[in-house]
Amino acid sequence: MFSFKFLGKTHIPHHKNTADMPAVRMPSPKEVLLPMAQHIGAPATPIVKIGDEVKLGQRIADPTGFVSSPIYASVSGKVSKIEEYLRPDGSKVQAVRIVSDGQMQAFEGLTPPTVDSLDALIEAVKESGLVGLGGAGFPTAVKLGALKGGKVDKIVVNGAECEPFITSDTRTMLDNIDLIREAVALFERFAPSVKQFIFGVEANKPSAIAKLKEAFAQNDKVVVKKLPARYPQGAEKVLVYNTTGLVIPEGKLPADVGAIVINVTTLAVLASYVKTGMPLVERTVTVDGSAVKSPKNVIAPIGTSLAEIVEFAGGYVEPIGKALVGGPMMGKCAASLDEPITKTTGSILLFNVKDSEEKQSSNCIHCGRCVTSCPLALNPVEYSRALDYDSREERIAILKREKIMLCMECGCCSYVCPAKRPLVQNNVLAKAQYRAYLAEQKAKEQK
Amino acid sequence: MKKLIVSTSPHIKSPVTTQNIMLDVLIALAPATVMAVVLFGLRALLIIGVCVVTAVVSEFIFNLINKRKQTVLDLSATVTGLLLALNLPLTATVWQCIVGSIFAIIVVKCLFGGLGHNFANPAITARIFLLLSFSTTIAGGTSPQLVDVVASATPLAAIKDGATHQLPSLLHMLIGLRGGAIGEVCSIALIVGYIYLVVKKVIHFETPLIFVATVFLLSWLIKGDITIALYQVLGGGLLLGAIFMATDYVTTPINRVGKMVFALGCGLITVLIRFFGNYPEGVSFSILLMNILSPYIEKLCKKKAFGGAKNV
Repeated sequence: MFSFKFLGKTHIPHHKNTADMPAVRMPSPKEVLLPMAQHIGAPATPIVKIGDEVKLGQRIADPTGFVSSPIYASVSGKVSKIEEYLRPDGSKVQAVRIVSDGQMQAFEGLTPPTVDSLDALIEAVKESGLVGLGGAGFPTAVKLGALKGGKVDKIVVNGAECEPFITSDTRTMLDNIDLIREAVALFERFAPSVKQFIFGVEANKPSAIAKLKEAFAQNDKVVVKKLPARYPQGAEKVLVYNTTGLVIPEGKLPADVGAIVINVTTLAVLASYVKTGMPLVERTVTVDGSAVKSPKNVIAPIGTSLAEIVEFAGGYVEPIGKALVGGPMMGKCAASLDEPITKTTGSILLFNVKDSEEKQSSNCIHCGRCVTSCPLALNPVEYSRALDYDSREERIAILKREKIMLCMECGCCSYVCPAKRPLVQNNVLAKAQYRAYLAEQKAKEQK
Repeated sequence: MKKLIVSTSPHIKSPVTTQNIMLDVLIALAPATVMAVVLFGLRALLIIGVCVVTAVVSEFIFNLINKRKQTVLDLSATVTGLLLALNLPLTATVWQCIVGSIFAIIVVKCLFGGLGHNFANPAITARIFLLLSFSTTIAGGTSPQLVDVVASATPLAAIKDGATHQLPSLLHMLIGLRGGAIGEVCSIALIVGYIYLVVKKVIHFETPLIFVATVFLLSWLIKGDITIALYQVLGGGLLLGAIFMATDYVTTPINRVGKMVFALGCGLITVLIRFFGNYPEGVSFSILLMNILSPYIEKLCKKKAFGGAKNV
């Protein structure tokens, strides 16, 4: 049952139109573009040259440093270009373009890893190129490193999938339940400190909940929790609190309170890698939105362009207003349909011009909807107000007092605002200013 | 292909807008407005019309002169005009209505920067302005025409003067057969509006409830008479003020706890004025005073951020 107090209260339309559609694997695309930064941390370093022949699953980039992830060729073919790629967040990274030979020929060197200890498991995860597939893209191996200390006694599996439209995690739970079970078995075997596996799934996915309950009926370490279908249940802090009651303090990680959060699809891919040795080269994306002719779940090679995937799904109706990579609450706008999907792309949403129109914003009427809707009890009005101060000291002081860095940009405040004010945008701006200030302070200290 | 739109997330917005919130308030005020006309006749309609039109026109002209974005379509001026009208007695003259509406919109709202920037509720402030300036016509209240007596004494004034034998029955108080401002007399119509606003999630249910409960309990405590306490609740502008003015977004604390403290303070001040002050009625003054305290209440009632260290 739901506990009396839970975080996240925003009602947003679910639009889970594709929940009943098993994912369809698309044939080899003409080419793929693989950006070196598809995760949080340092971009990977390419190890291939223009003209190199590569096979499906062959490593094309090494991780740079500890928090990073390797990248593998998602088609077989020839490296045609190593170019600069502009990410939707505005930063630029290197990207490798591979022209497919259409064969999808697997790399000969792929063998299942030998997993006989926790260290070997974490090493295998690192090799697999696996990052948080829910959207954040944190390298999974780094996260699992916390298991070594033996302090982590809970693994919270994120199957909330709270963003509207996206159903790729839902499909994982329904279609790949065996892989999920195998992954849980791996952790049971090699991470004995973990006493409980808690699956958090929103109530709007009853079939997924039933499937999980059935699969783990014999396993008393596994708890399947039905979460209210209120956005944002899948946000890490919200999910951990609503499933375990643990509060993650400011600036801390779930591991600091004894929990690790893993997305349910990440878990399935982990098990699949241990079984087959095929690294992360493809993923399920939900194709939906008002400009899409027939919504579908598509399994596509990472790096495939949005245009090719949508084409395979059945095409779109012109004209498009916005093309989103990710969900409508936190997803980013693609500048063109030539952009590739990455490891973290859960959905491609194309909206017609009418649905893409920006609403005119007007004065704040102080109604408090943003304050009530914020899952972390922050005050978005204060941040916007702070930005109006000319004095930087005052601005920073307010942002510090009001804990701007806790904001996770979930989008609730902007969504509920009746004056249609760009609150999240202001928060992002405020965070950037605060971060710049912190960096300056740090530089000063070092002098 | 046409260029794609690139913007920041979120890419969907709730259908609730400032305009339809204001429309909901107007709908909630409709029963009280209709009852005002039914009970007081066409002159009430005249007062309402003059106030609403003046309010809207003055905001329109202000925006025009100052080359500001036209805001009359957000309907907030309409709400202000209607609220002011419902707060006036039948004896208010047309030019008083005009002066009051202009004062509410121009001085209290527009000069501070328009909707969202005013520190006090425009309708309340204008009503107090009229009350202090033209006490003879504004202070009293005319009884509805249906009743034989067209005495000007409001029930609260009667209680204050000790003339309790003149009081109308509680049933009459409930349906509006008593002296007072045109929109405040019919308690039932106001309560219908309250239910509508709560159901439509425009207001939190507790603000009016706490306001009214505070007045009821304190009156009971002070006078030791539950009937007097009931008259205190149904008489004067308590329901109108508690439901429609003390729940104004702009001039009350933004957080829910803050709103509760605000309501409590309003109730307290109302009772103090009614029993120990010169005026029989204290709702307007209490709301205005609490409006001024709002920013401080808001600060003190701030919720602790989830997982955040204690605020320094």
